[in-house]
Amino acid sequence: MSDMDEMEDGSGIVKKFMFLNRKAPHGTVYALEGLEVVLITAAFDQDVSMVFTDDGIYQLMKGIDTKGIEVKDFSRTYRALEGYDIEKLYVDQASLDARGLTEDDLIVDVTVLSVDEMANLMAEQDVVISF
Amino acid sequence: MQFGILVNEGPYSHQASDSAYLFARTAIEKGYKVPRVFFYHDGVYNASRLATPPQDDRNVGARWSKLAADHGVDLVVCVAAAQRRGITDGVLGDNFRISGLGQLVEMGIQYDRLVTFGD
Repeated sequence: MSDMDEMEDGSGIVKKFMFLNRKAPHGTVYALEGLEVVLITAAFDQDVSMVFTDDGIYQLMKGIDTKGIEVKDFSRTYRALEGYDIEKLYVDQASLDARGLTEDDLIVDVTVLSVDEMANLMAEQDVVISF
Repeated sequence: MQFGILVNEGPYSHQASDSAYLFARTAIEKGYKVPRVFFYHDGVYNASRLATPPQDDRNVGARWSKLAADHGVDLVVCVAAAQRRGITDGVLGDNFRISGLGQLVEMGIQYDRLVTFGD
């Protein structure tokens, strides 16, 4: 009974959740709604990693200004992630290179990984959710 | 083996919901458990009972409802995504319910596998 109660709210079980962010911040809703899932997962005290790859790295670009497209600018949420104990942020080196970007172009501190390192990190996860 | 299923796209314009349904039905037929399906992003449109597709085509929403009725699958629609898109309790198909993202996270914590269908 008590085991079942624990299962119901997930308390006591900590799994490794990886959120794979592959899409540009605007143009589709995936990045914005994906962030909501990341924050809730952290609220459940899970081990959260965020990966930014392909156009997903544009989510972390400095100087985003959404006035011209009249949509909500949620980029400051990435800076607040630390406050939710979400500190494992990874960026794919090849995706940076392909877009002529470096870590200095990003608004938060990240760990840049090679494809092989990324594959190893992914293999360690219990749950991978891709947005 | 328990599978959680995440559906991230709406019906008809995208195959995600069809693939998710076929996966869930087949898993159940083969003796696996699918306790819950979670609908997020445009996936919440799968829950609308207002959809009336042509009679010679599949009814995506009704098919989910029947799977839930036959096998007790919990069909959960994300409240925040639903509110953005006008999906309310008043338009929900049979056996769908609206709840929070915690229900998605719980699938990841409790089940053996979480399978995503979407772009």
